[in-house]
Amino acid sequence: MASSNLIPAGDFRSSYAADTTIFPTSTSRNFAILGVALVCFAPLVLTEYWLSILIQIGIFGIAALGLNILVGFTGQISIGHAAFFLLGAFTSAYLSNHLPIPVFFAIPLAGLVTAMVGLVFGLPAARLKGLYLVIATLAAQYILIDFFSRAEWFTGGSVPAMANPFSIFGYVLRGDRQYFYVVLAYVLVSYMLVTNLMRTRDGRALVAVRDHYLSAEIMGINLTKYRTLSFGLAAFFAGIAGALYAHYQLVVSNEGFGIERSILFLAMIIIGGTGSIMGTLMGTAFVVLLPEAMEWLSMELKGGVIDRALQLNTNLTFLREIAIGLIIIAFLVFEPDGLAHRWRQIKAYWKLYPFSH
Amino acid sequence: MNSQLLIQLLVNGLVVGTLYGVVAMSFVLIYKATQVVNFAQGELLLIGAWVCWALLAKYQIPFYFGMPITLAFMFAFGILVQIIFLRPMIGEPIISVIMVTIALSTVFQAALKWMFGTSPQPFPQIFTSQAVSIGGLQIQTVYVMSLVVSIAMMIGMAWFFRVSKYGLAMRATAFNQQVAQSLGISVKSVFAMAWAISATVSAVAGVVVAVVNGVSSGLSAYGIKVFPAAILGGLDSIGGAVLGGIIIGLLENFAQFIDSEYLHWGNLYEVAPFYVLIIILMIKPYGLFGTKDIERI
Repeated sequence: MASSNLIPAGDFRSSYAADTTIFPTSTSRNFAILGVALVCFAPLVLTEYWLSILIQIGIFGIAALGLNILVGFTGQISIGHAAFFLLGAFTSAYLSNHLPIPVFFAIPLAGLVTAMVGLVFGLPAARLKGLYLVIATLAAQYILIDFFSRAEWFTGGSVPAMANPFSIFGYVLRGDRQYFYVVLAYVLVSYMLVTNLMRTRDGRALVAVRDHYLSAEIMGINLTKYRTLSFGLAAFFAGIAGALYAHYQLVVSNEGFGIERSILFLAMIIIGGTGSIMGTLMGTAFVVLLPEAMEWLSMELKGGVIDRALQLNTNLTFLREIAIGLIIIAFLVFEPDGLAHRWRQIKAYWKLYPFSH
Repeated sequence: MNSQLLIQLLVNGLVVGTLYGVVAMSFVLIYKATQVVNFAQGELLLIGAWVCWALLAKYQIPFYFGMPITLAFMFAFGILVQIIFLRPMIGEPIISVIMVTIALSTVFQAALKWMFGTSPQPFPQIFTSQAVSIGGLQIQTVYVMSLVVSIAMMIGMAWFFRVSKYGLAMRATAFNQQVAQSLGISVKSVFAMAWAISATVSAVAGVVVAVVNGVSSGLSAYGIKVFPAAILGGLDSIGGAVLGGIIIGLLENFAQFIDSEYLHWGNLYEVAPFYVLIIILMIKPYGLFGTKDIERI
């Protein structure tokens, strides 16, 4: 962890527990708790619009977290993440509609089902290197989306599937303001789970597989097991996020979950920083806010010279895609460690503020 | 059993398959020479087709001028893409390089939609006669043309790598970059040339498809079909890529036949190659002709 560079001299960790602690100082822990407490008040002060953006960041953040386990920590790559997201959404909708399972349990169950399917697609690639997994997941993307449009019993075919609203002990949550807390709870739990995973033997094994898989294998790490495990985990979080999305939108359809969405998920973790847990959330926020910012910008420019030259309004979707693509390339070339790295540098700068060394 | 339909579909599969083969060949060319997995191959096809369409339909340039201009443009375009986007990525992890090409495909796709719109455009008529009869089978002229062009490109490619000095330099670079460099081969220019040739060949395939089906963004699907073809043949075998392409083309149309005659699932045409892809990855991951990756520690 690069952040540990900022610990003052003389602060020696004398036990493994101290070395892997999440919060190096009590101040950082207090700030984290304070931050979460502040977010809890968000539904009371924010407008519906900003709340919906926060919910989207939360949901896509969970999916991106799963992808970051696969890409950032294990060094594999998947371009079928959107299909798994959608699978989670359909599964949860199906479970809560057709079987006597309340939504509260349907969401984690959907995650498990998605993880199982993810394992099936991950198995052929588990014994191979990154490149082949890319191609296997590409196939997964097309096969799954094709399956969704075909399986009417499961998805409703051309008619979008309906999903029940979230309910807990018979109390039905309605509206964004109440659903926000569900998403927040899931975000907190999944981010804490993954943070803790990375402190365990299994988490370190994943990183070892990424850094040098031959050395990892020689050190007694079962490559197949950990590659498959990371693929299953990635699918699991995609499924959870998809299920949350289904019960947020209340309808699920194939629309908008093609390969472009998978690329968007990859963009989130690249912009945020591959292999950084908090970076994932930053990257997600960036990708979710980018279209909004572009929308706002085009409104500002409306009627101006640039607007007339580029016909912004009609072409906004294309411009957005171009921007996303160029931003991914720019981050890969100029800032491969993503926003998380930039954030650490800003923190370091202020810590040492008047003296730069 | 509708044998007339079967034969028609198989001919169709052969024609489409050779095109897949050509695109897969140019994909493998980039992979072999520069170790870049190019997810923007389909977009190169699309760019070639749109440029040719714009020259022919918008600026009313005759085909025999328009086509060389398109090819020259694509040659320069390939070099530019390599220099601007992929040269900075040399030495980066393979995942980053893959991501750059994925991002490039998004950018190209969106930029083309922005410039040419989303609706498909018919290609200007190039041949006058519509169909020829071969062995009692009506075959459209464009299909014959497509087959001839594809095979010509394959032969041209084979000649280039077997005989020409530059092709030899490329093979040397693909074999071992450091040794090639020490023998005086400019690896940089070989990289750029690989992209240029690949882009040009893809553009020819793109124009051929456009002549048959018209230009639309769906053309870039050929870039996705490259993966089943290239994996089937082995990622680093050019001959394998050609054969893989033909097999995938035939298989697609055979799936279409089975589907329309017996199963009636619909859409099997499009997904069948991906099922095959998963099966190949499970049983023979290095393809039919690919070199097995043996690692020394």
